[in-house]
Amino acid sequence: MQPSPQIVFVARGLTKTYHMGEVEVPALRALDIEIYQGEFVVLLGPSGSGKSTLLNILGGLDTPTSGEAFWRDHNLATSDERALTAYRRDHVGFVFQFYNLISSLTVRENVALVTEIAPKPMTPEEALKLVGLEHRLDHFPSQLSGGEQQRVAIARAIAKRPDVLLCDEPTGALDYETGKVVLEAIARINQELGTTAVVITHNASIAGMADRVMRMADGHIASVESNPHKLTPSELSW
Amino acid sequence: MKALDRKLLRDLWHMRSQAFTIALVVASGIGSFIALLSTYDSLQWSRQSYYEEAHFAQVFADVKRAPRPVERQIVELPGVAAVETTVVQDVTLDIPGVAEPVIGRMIGLANGGQPSLNRLFLRQGRLPEDGKRNEALVSEGFATARGLKPGDHIAALLNGKREELAIVGIVLSPEYIFASRGGEIPDDKGFGVFWMERGRLASAFDMEGAFNRVSLSLAPGASEAAVIDALDRLLEPYGSLSAYGRKDQNSHRILSQEINQQKTMATVFPTIFLGVAAFLLNVVLARQVATQRDQIAALKALGYTDFAIAAHYLKLVLAIVLAGIVLGFGIGAWMGYEMTAMYTLFFHFPRLSYRIQPWIALVAAGVSLAAAMGAALGTVRSILSLAPAEAMRPPAPTRYRRMLLERLGLAHLLSPQARMVIRTLERRPLRTLLTTFGIACSVAILVSGTFWRDSVNYLIDVQFYMADRGDANVAFVNPVARSALYELGRLPGVLRTEEVRSVPVRLRAGHHTYRTAVSGYPPDAQLRQLLDTGLRRVPLPPDGILLSQRLAERLAVKPGDRLLLESLEATRARRETVVAGVVNDLVGLSAYMDIAALNRLMGEGESISAVALTLDPALAKEFYARLKEMPQVATVSIKGELLRSFRETNARFLLFFTAIVTAFAAAIAVGVVYNSARIALAERAWELASLRVLGFTRHEVSGLLLGELAIEIALAIPLGLWLGYLLSALIVSMMHAETITFPLVITSSTYAYAALVILAAGVASSLIVRHRVDHLDLVAVLKTRE
Repeated sequence: MQPSPQIVFVARGLTKTYHMGEVEVPALRALDIEIYQGEFVVLLGPSGSGKSTLLNILGGLDTPTSGEAFWRDHNLATSDERALTAYRRDHVGFVFQFYNLISSLTVRENVALVTEIAPKPMTPEEALKLVGLEHRLDHFPSQLSGGEQQRVAIARAIAKRPDVLLCDEPTGALDYETGKVVLEAIARINQELGTTAVVITHNASIAGMADRVMRMADGHIASVESNPHKLTPSELSW
Repeated sequence: MKALDRKLLRDLWHMRSQAFTIALVVASGIGSFIALLSTYDSLQWSRQSYYEEAHFAQVFADVKRAPRPVERQIVELPGVAAVETTVVQDVTLDIPGVAEPVIGRMIGLANGGQPSLNRLFLRQGRLPEDGKRNEALVSEGFATARGLKPGDHIAALLNGKREELAIVGIVLSPEYIFASRGGEIPDDKGFGVFWMERGRLASAFDMEGAFNRVSLSLAPGASEAAVIDALDRLLEPYGSLSAYGRKDQNSHRILSQEINQQKTMATVFPTIFLGVAAFLLNVVLARQVATQRDQIAALKALGYTDFAIAAHYLKLVLAIVLAGIVLGFGIGAWMGYEMTAMYTLFFHFPRLSYRIQPWIALVAAGVSLAAAMGAALGTVRSILSLAPAEAMRPPAPTRYRRMLLERLGLAHLLSPQARMVIRTLERRPLRTLLTTFGIACSVAILVSGTFWRDSVNYLIDVQFYMADRGDANVAFVNPVARSALYELGRLPGVLRTEEVRSVPVRLRAGHHTYRTAVSGYPPDAQLRQLLDTGLRRVPLPPDGILLSQRLAERLAVKPGDRLLLESLEATRARRETVVAGVVNDLVGLSAYMDIAALNRLMGEGESISAVALTLDPALAKEFYARLKEMPQVATVSIKGELLRSFRETNARFLLFFTAIVTAFAAAIAVGVVYNSARIALAERAWELASLRVLGFTRHEVSGLLLGELAIEIALAIPLGLWLGYLLSALIVSMMHAETITFPLVITSSTYAYAALVILAAGVASSLIVRHRVDHLDLVAVLKTRE
């Protein structure tokens, strides 16, 4: 089964079960999904619905217990660690809820960490300009606000010109205004670079800026809605 | 510079105090390894190069009086390369202001020139000029102890005639690297070696045209035993006491014994030190790397390969370990040099030949590097084996268990804080165990490194106060009639006398032989008692011979076996006797008999060769003065004098060694305690800060963190004392000193010292960490996660 050209991600019967001591916790239960080239997808759902697990599998950070998952012709379910590392390095940009910046490196160096190992990167300065941080190049993470740290994480994710941008609660730790600035940065990358973006959030309002909104519940996709009237982040409110 | 390398440098700078303490642990292991091994190697090297340079003889023989033409016959013996004969005589020296007798060994120097064997090393001044008959050279040890320098004069009683000697030079001799009159204790104050014009010495002692001492070197490939046999046959008519090789030469024997002991020290100690340091290095580094779990995961999520991440952490630990290696090399070289130099207090070498063989440095560095790399790779691999998504989350909380005390229903005895502390310890039993074990190791090192003082003190106590209860020992030139006992007993200050008959012998059992002296004591002796290791008095059997356990093993005999005694005195008597028993004594390879049985066996009447006596200290001066007038007295040894100088020298040595071991053990303890505390702080900063936000005081919060450490230290100390006892027992059992059994004696003050040092190291480390807890930035800490 090969995805058709405009489909970048496809998964069938995706199942993931965590073993926590004596208990088995099912995170994904036979989930099916398709994501198209260049679209902005928002994944909504309560805690424990399996959003992060799905994102981690799509990003090559984790592998499913059973089922199939493809990015283009890459089989993410059966790839070994080496292939997954190469996949992440060449195609995926991640943004995490807690930024996961390296505290001992400056803003510029945190981005350089990625540009040094990517095949066709932009410069750290270009990437940081895209998120509006060109004036804070030599600051350490501890000298930045939460929103600024998250924008560094976004710059770090996009600097490699990734094919997909995967964001796990990018605004979860941010206030309203800062959250919007961060969302604008993601939207801009999606539009200007044509990067496929998948964003996990608790915040249903963010759905307004998506092409499609998927609601997850209990380890599978409960509903998919297309959004014909995309809003800009500045038009959102919550 | 790559971003990852910048991270490396910044991480190193950030953890500099932890890195420093880890480097100290490495430096301790490497330093002691290099110091002890290189000291051993250097001593051996110093001895060897000095022997070669000075043409140290290989076979020695003393005779009563042999005419000089015999020398030609010796040269012609097969296997002999070079021969040197001379006149040697022990005389009494008269030093103004010194009451106790001082012995000078006078050695004849032909025409004032260097001998061809046992060449002298001129330290100061010059050799005597030809024809200047009163010029003399003096050994450096004695010159230093008595403050003599070229230009000084010293009076000697040459055959009862007082003669002034002008000291023109200070020298060293390979025959007297260790200077004593035959004992195990250095005696630079009471025993000096002098070289003077041979003709003058010969005329004073009726030795003109004769010699009483032969030294010779062997031709390549010659058999020492064959040469000794031939020499004995040749010299027998001249009253030879039997020739002997280097292994029976006093200075060489004691030097070799010391070098062999150093060898045990040099192999056991550094191996343990390095092993412990490597183990701790592994534990501490593994934890350090584990604290970077989320960063490793982030790097992995960004697409860094396992190899690149592993290389990054390898560089981190290598940087720390290399710093430790450099520091360890420096410390090791300095200490090794100092320790080798310390030996010159006992051993007189012309120069200190100190070196560090490359393999010593390579092994030390290699073991440390392997331990560090093992730690880094093991930890990084275990983190890398997790899926990045999982690794980026903090490690899953361990399952909660009711702690032991709760299960026993005793929880109500503890405050909530104490419960938290104990639960944390119980939740990570392996970590608690490793930290406790690490601290215990440093306690054990301290105990095993400092108990020597106890062991040596015990030996001295037993040997010089319980076994040898006299104050002085007077030895005669030749055996004398028992009446001499009463003569001495009438001298001023003498409280009690007891006869001793000592016969120099070669013991022979089958093909095993050993040169020693058989000591004969009266069966009811009070001043000379025979004690076993349990300090029980061993009665002398009315017949037969008692042997030290070590001597019996060496001769491969057991009680009931027959033993041949070949007297090395003028009589050359050969007698057979029965091994009556074996004594477990602490010092020496000795043979004992009832004095009457010994005299009977030797076919002598009631002869004695020495007298042990106790003195009234108030009258000691008069006693010494009268003794100087008795020509048949060869030597007097005064226990107090001998022990005082030995203790002084030995104390410096022990102090240095103790200081070093203490510093090392403390470094290891600090390394373990400080790093454990810092890592615990890093892991629990969020939790501790939360508690502070909830209203806990700084005191209470640091109590939680330091309480764990306090319990670990409290557990580690008794465990470490016990391990220290075992380690000391192991070391003692490996000390194959030929003549001494080091007793495993560890006093409570040694245990207390070890415990206190580690406690102090623990408290100091805790205080530094406490300072950090006090300054926790609550807001910043809470911001880092949610």
